[in-house]
Amino acid sequence: MNQENLLVGLAGVLAAAAPIIFAVLGETFSERAGVINLSMNGTILLSAMGGFAVAYNTDNIVLGFLAGMLIGALVALVVAFASITLKQSQVAVGFVLALTCRDLSYFLGNPYMGQAGPRLQSLPIPFLSDLPIVGPLLFKQDFITYVSFIAIILAWVWIYRTRPGLMLQGIGEKPAAAFIRGANVNLMRYVYTMIGGALIGLAGPAYSLAIRAGWMGTISGLDGIGWIALSITIFGGWNPSRAAFGAYLFAFLQWLGLVLQGVFTQVPSQVLQVAPFPLMILTLLLVNIGNAEWVERTLAAMPENARKIFAKALRAMRASPPAALGVPFDTD
Amino acid sequence: MLKGRLGAVLFQLIALVLALGFVSLILISAGASPMEAFKNMFTGSFGSMRKFAEVLVTFVPLLLVTAGLLITFSAGLWNIGVEGQIVLGAITTAGVLRVFVDSTLPPALIITLAILGGMIGGALWASLAGLLKTFGGVNEIFGGLGLNFVSTALTLYLIFGPWKRDGVASMSGTEPFPDHFSLPQVPELRISLWALGIAVVGIVFVYFILQGTYFGLKLKAVGKNFRAAYLLGIPTWQYSMYSFLICGALAGAAGAMQVTAVYHRLIPSISSGYGYLGLMVAMLINYQAIWAVPVALFFAALNIGSIQLPIVMKLDSSLAGVLQGVLVLFVLLMEGARQKFVKKA
Repeated sequence: MNQENLLVGLAGVLAAAAPIIFAVLGETFSERAGVINLSMNGTILLSAMGGFAVAYNTDNIVLGFLAGMLIGALVALVVAFASITLKQSQVAVGFVLALTCRDLSYFLGNPYMGQAGPRLQSLPIPFLSDLPIVGPLLFKQDFITYVSFIAIILAWVWIYRTRPGLMLQGIGEKPAAAFIRGANVNLMRYVYTMIGGALIGLAGPAYSLAIRAGWMGTISGLDGIGWIALSITIFGGWNPSRAAFGAYLFAFLQWLGLVLQGVFTQVPSQVLQVAPFPLMILTLLLVNIGNAEWVERTLAAMPENARKIFAKALRAMRASPPAALGVPFDTD
Repeated sequence: MLKGRLGAVLFQLIALVLALGFVSLILISAGASPMEAFKNMFTGSFGSMRKFAEVLVTFVPLLLVTAGLLITFSAGLWNIGVEGQIVLGAITTAGVLRVFVDSTLPPALIITLAILGGMIGGALWASLAGLLKTFGGVNEIFGGLGLNFVSTALTLYLIFGPWKRDGVASMSGTEPFPDHFSLPQVPELRISLWALGIAVVGIVFVYFILQGTYFGLKLKAVGKNFRAAYLLGIPTWQYSMYSFLICGALAGAAGAMQVTAVYHRLIPSISSGYGYLGLMVAMLINYQAIWAVPVALFFAALNIGSIQLPIVMKLDSSLAGVLQGVLVLFVLLMEGARQKFVKKA
């Protein structure tokens, strides 16, 4: 593989990661506020179908993206209403929505199967795209991929460098304390869950109007992406930059799978395409194992110097969820 | 009046009406007549003996999976990995059958061994999710989901790799097993009474464990309050593992049925989504074993009935999934509304 092909491939990885970035950032916001939006897999499919249908009928790509965001926000509203107001299990409601929205997208998307529709064109940025290496890598993408770059930075700044972001951390970690400081915990949870949902809903059209333009129903290959995005959210430790890294890593592994297919022809192609999943489990294990009780006991039994090294390594990988994740909040 | 049992039934009836209304709206927006769609689904599942037999073919694995999930739900676990446990059950069943393909042992013995193998395979796969949770701190939902993907990859690998059909490997699956490796079927119909019997034994077994044993009581204690159960001296993580093993064995049995009574070979989508559907059934019946049979039968009928839709009305058969999901969703929402109402009153 020569250098030019490699650059094109890696630029493709950045573009392929864009929808996953939106989904992961959306879920990060939602979970930071304390609400698990498990519906993600269905939301992405439904917003992909809905976004494509709207763009197809209006011949307007922007409306397609907006429709996707609206769908995502509405599904998130159901999750929020069921869990915050009606105090039902977030996992149960999210899971049901994940399946229902998926089937709904197949049902309603039937007339759009295989239709040729509008598609986002690549938008090279003048001057910057002429730079060596960085140019073709970063500045010859389509609009939505640029948005994904900016979204990572904005999400990070929002959570770690602004006052409302600090409040968001509080709502997820110690809702009672945030409440005393004057935050309307449940209202904020509604808002962040819906904003997160809108971001997740952006992932759908980012597929159906850009990377995998069109709607192909069950063979769209989108079923499963939401579940991956969920595990990347955990891998990312609810931190936008680390989550983005996870999304890029995943997209890179999938690309690598495609490349390796040419090298290992005896391995069935379907196997290499799912290769990232065992790796995801492994990373989840590494991220979580520091939280397990027996690890702490083993560490305590180790000699001083070894313990320091292991503890440091574990802490570097470890990610703890927001303390109030999935716990309903009551003012009394 | 609305506080008691009658109130609960009333709220569930409202949920049913809302769900049917919602799905009717979706059908109208797709330009179809709701009445015609529902009628087609009904005749498609109960219209003839042959169709009803197909419903029972779907009902068998669904009931087994639901039975298993009632155990993990009782222990407070969300065993999403059940889908992969069905797959591994099917794989090990097919594996055992392959070993004995040229043997002279009585077929009944071989089939029994294969089904037992499937149950062990499912249980071992479930134990992975359990180990990841207990010793790795990985939530069973995420560990299970990952393992589901791995199990699919494993199936594809076997079908396109070592268990390849002579000549060409294809998505249609492995070479079918000889006829004597099938559970005996009712003449002219695809349903095996043996499979039906195994499913019924499964749910009765689970009902008995949960209602009539000390083990079941402790399991529920672990599920209700993990910490309190631990302080009471119940070996909590061991109980979690037992529940994973039992659920995995029942899911594995479902996979074994798919191989020995339905497909007679390993196919890529051997689990047919019954794991996820079983989770829905368990949620809809509010984790009470007594309702598992009618609701699983109803869901199976929806699945089979919807096959008519693309043929007769040019609608996608995913309507069954929409109806099932919307129904569970509204039941959950109305249950929340009821609890709020009862608290206020």
